[in-house]
Amino acid sequence: MGLTLLSRRDPLAAASDQLAKLAAPGACPPFGQKMAQAGYAPLYATGITVLQINVGKFCNQSCRHCHVDAGPEREEQMTRETAELCIKAFSSTDIPTLDITGGAPELNRNFRWMVEQARALGRHVMDRCNLSVLQLAPQADLAAFLARNEVEVVASLPYFRSAQTDAQRGDGVFEKSIRGLRMLNELGYGQGGSGLVLNLVHNPVGAFLPARQDAIEAQFRRELLKQHGVVFNNLYTITNMPISRFLEFLITSGNYEGYMERLANAFNPAAAAGVMCRYTLSVGWDGTLYDCDFNQMLELPLAQGAPRHIRDFDPDRLHLREIVTANHCYGCTAGAGSSCGGAVA
Amino acid sequence: METYYHPHDLTKFADMGKGNQELWEKFMAYYGAVFADGALTEREKALIALGVAHAVQCPYCIDAYTQTCLEKGSNVEEMTEAAHVACAIRGGSSLVHGVQMRNVAEKLSM
Repeated sequence: MGLTLLSRRDPLAAASDQLAKLAAPGACPPFGQKMAQAGYAPLYATGITVLQINVGKFCNQSCRHCHVDAGPEREEQMTRETAELCIKAFSSTDIPTLDITGGAPELNRNFRWMVEQARALGRHVMDRCNLSVLQLAPQADLAAFLARNEVEVVASLPYFRSAQTDAQRGDGVFEKSIRGLRMLNELGYGQGGSGLVLNLVHNPVGAFLPARQDAIEAQFRRELLKQHGVVFNNLYTITNMPISRFLEFLITSGNYEGYMERLANAFNPAAAAGVMCRYTLSVGWDGTLYDCDFNQMLELPLAQGAPRHIRDFDPDRLHLREIVTANHCYGCTAGAGSSCGGAVA
Repeated sequence: METYYHPHDLTKFADMGKGNQELWEKFMAYYGAVFADGALTEREKALIALGVAHAVQCPYCIDAYTQTCLEKGSNVEEMTEAAHVACAIRGGSSLVHGVQMRNVAEKLSM
C-alpha cells in the first residue's frame, strides 16, 4: 500500500471532502468574515509577477505534510502539449519569474525543456527541489543542468536535524538532503559571488506555526555550517496548510481544532495584504488555472469570468482578478504570513 | 470529572483584566517587554520560561511554552534539557537545605 491518500483510498483524497471539513463550523470563523473585518474582502490580484507551474504529482518522496498528496504512485504529469501552452503564454507577457513545482518537478520529462525556454527568454527560473532527486541515478547531471541555466533552487529542509526532518519527509531523507546541498555548494550554489542562489524552505514539523524567519534562518545557518559544512542564501518559513496529508495528520492526531484556532487567532491583516495569490498565477498539470498551488489541490478554480485554462490565457483578465478564498487561507495569513517566498509581514 | 485545571481556561487569561484593567495592562506591557528580543533572544527566553514553568509546575505555562518553544524553532531535545535544568535546581534546592539539617544536627549532637 502506498503512502498517498489516493492510493489508500482515504476519503480525504477528494478535494470536496477536505473543503467540507474546512467549512464545517466550530474550529474558526469563516475566513471571508475575517478578511472583511480587515478590509480585504473581496481580495483582488495586484498583477502577475510569478507564473507558478505545477508539472505533476509524481514524486520520489512521500512526505507526511504534503499538500499535493504527491508520491511515487501518482501518475498525473504535464504533457509536452500543455508545457508548450505554458511557455507560449509566458513568452507573451513580461512576467519576470517562472516557478516550477510538483511533485518532484525535475522528474517531469518536460522540465528541462521548460527551463531552457524560459532562460532563453531571459527570465528568472525557480525550481522547488526536494534535494533527494539530485541523487537519483538518471538525474546524475541535474545539479549541473540547474547551475548551467542559473536556476534558483528552492530546497525543502524542515529542520537542521535528522530526527525532525525524517519524521516529516521519510527515513534517511535528511542525510540525502545534506548530500544534495553539498552537491549544490560544490557547484557554487549558496556561495557569495557565484550568482547561483540556493534558498531553503522550513516547514514546522507538527501542528504549530513556524519560527520568526530571521531567527530560524540564523539557527539553520549556524548549525548547517558547523555540523555539515553547508551554506545557503536565504531561508523561507512556510506554514503548513491544513489540506491533504497535513489535514489528515491534524485530524488523526487530534490537533485539527486547535491548529485552526491557532491560525485564526494569529490572523494578521498585514500578512493578508501580502499573500502570494495577489501576484501569482498557478497552473495545474492539466493546464487549469488557479490562484495558488493550494487552491489547485483543493480544485478551487478561478473566479467566474476569468479564463480557466492556460490555452485561454489572457493577462488583461487575470492581472486584477478576484481571488477565491476559503478557510485554508488562514495558513497564509497567520503570524508573519506565509508564501512560497516565506514570511510576508 | 471535575478538576481545578481546564485547558480552555488558558484562553480566559485576559478575563483577569475585568477586575482591574489598569493593572492587567501594566502586567501585559511588562510581560511583552520581558519576552521581546534583548540581550537574550526570544527563543532563549522561551526555553527559560519552559524551565520555570516546570519548576512552578504550572500546567497552563507548560502548555503555552511548549508550543511557544516549538514556534521559536527549538526542538524537543533542547526543551527536555530545559526541564532537566528546572529539575536540577528544584532537586538542588532541596538538597542544599541538607546543610541546614547538618548544622542543626551538629549543634544538637554530642
